[in-house]
Amino acid sequence: MSDGPSLVALIPRLRRYARALVGDRAAADDLVQDTLERAWAKLHLFRQGTDLRAWLFTVMHNVHVNQVRAARPTDALEDEMPELAQRAVQGDALLVRDLERALAALPAAQREVLLLVALEDLSYEETANVLGIPIGTVMSRLARAREKLRVLMTGKGGTKLQVVK
Amino acid sequence: MSETGQPVGESELQAWADGRLPAGRRADVEAWLTARPEEAERVSAYRGLNEQLRARFGAVLDEPVPEQLRRFATRGARWRRAAAVAGWLAIGVAVGGAAGWELHARRAPAAIAMVKPEALVLARRAALAHATYAPEVRHPVEVGADQEQHLVAWLSKRLGGEVRAPKLETEGMSLVGGRLLPGDPGPVAQFMYQNAQGRRATLYVRTEGPDQRETAFRYAREGNVRVFYWIDRKFGYALSSADMEREELLRLANLVYRQLNP
Repeated sequence: MSDGPSLVALIPRLRRYARALVGDRAAADDLVQDTLERAWAKLHLFRQGTDLRAWLFTVMHNVHVNQVRAARPTDALEDEMPELAQRAVQGDALLVRDLERALAALPAAQREVLLLVALEDLSYEETANVLGIPIGTVMSRLARAREKLRVLMTGKGGTKLQVVK
Repeated sequence: MSETGQPVGESELQAWADGRLPAGRRADVEAWLTARPEEAERVSAYRGLNEQLRARFGAVLDEPVPEQLRRFATRGARWRRAAAVAGWLAIGVAVGGAAGWELHARRAPAAIAMVKPEALVLARRAALAHATYAPEVRHPVEVGADQEQHLVAWLSKRLGGEVRAPKLETEGMSLVGGRLLPGDPGPVAQFMYQNAQGRRATLYVRTEGPDQRETAFRYAREGNVRVFYWIDRKFGYALSSADMEREELLRLANLVYRQLNP
């Protein structure tokens, strides 16, 4: 099958989205792994000629809804695992932390929309398809997500947002 | 300011932040924003957030792909599927439960090889069945403990082997009853127990194939349901509870085991 290599090529995109979605690196890779496994099981549902990446985001969305978002109190074991070092790509480590904390504070449904649009650069329509929601819902969740993020980052942490002129 | 055309809606402001406004509309929106500095600052901040998100997570694209994920992206050989089942479970695995050392299945790939996928499926199905029926107030079981003999005879007949409902009173748990569930390959029995505080545990019993070896207690966790599971002779057992801590559940599992192997 030629699907193998193309799936492999998309892993970095899935990892990026998952990392932003769930925060923790190990949990994000778990989500990617579950998504790939699920994708193999559901590959017959993928329509050739359509966007494999968008389809994988759909699979990931479903896996995430079913698993990660289900109430899961933190296992004591998790707390004992050493934190993996997060590489700060911006000089301002505080800002990076604030961004992640603010992201984590968003409802998952809003976070998904924001990340698919702003990070993964999916069109509003693609985002609506991936999440199985109307495009109007995409827009309203996007607006709410951004506003909450803005308030969290400018208000609470006292970190001034970098405004791009 | 030269405001022309239609009023500017929030969706258009979002689209502006994403740089996705049609060229013909951009000038209108920007004129509108020029006249409203607060709105301009707000949507500029949104645009800034996009950049921060890409800057923060962009580096993930350059990270080497973990070998395990690479393997999952290619069509699975059997051991890969085994690992996949482990992945599905998102659990910790305890080998020799009494000793209590744990490995996180996915962070310690070596652990995967020690666990047969069929056994992990047992734990997962048991946890799902527990999550489905344990919260039931009116219909937690099909046949109540008042008809225990009938219950046990019925389930034994359907599972094709002598099934027993262990007595767990010494741990404060009394039998509520049981039910028959669909399983793979055959039907599965679920016994439900409850203590005086209303905390519940279920024992999931399924027939194992002749090639299944006996196992030690293993521990899994699915959501908030904790599971100890093991295979003993022709049956696979999984004891699940969302109301009991691990140590408590382990004590109960030991009691179940002793009851079934007097």
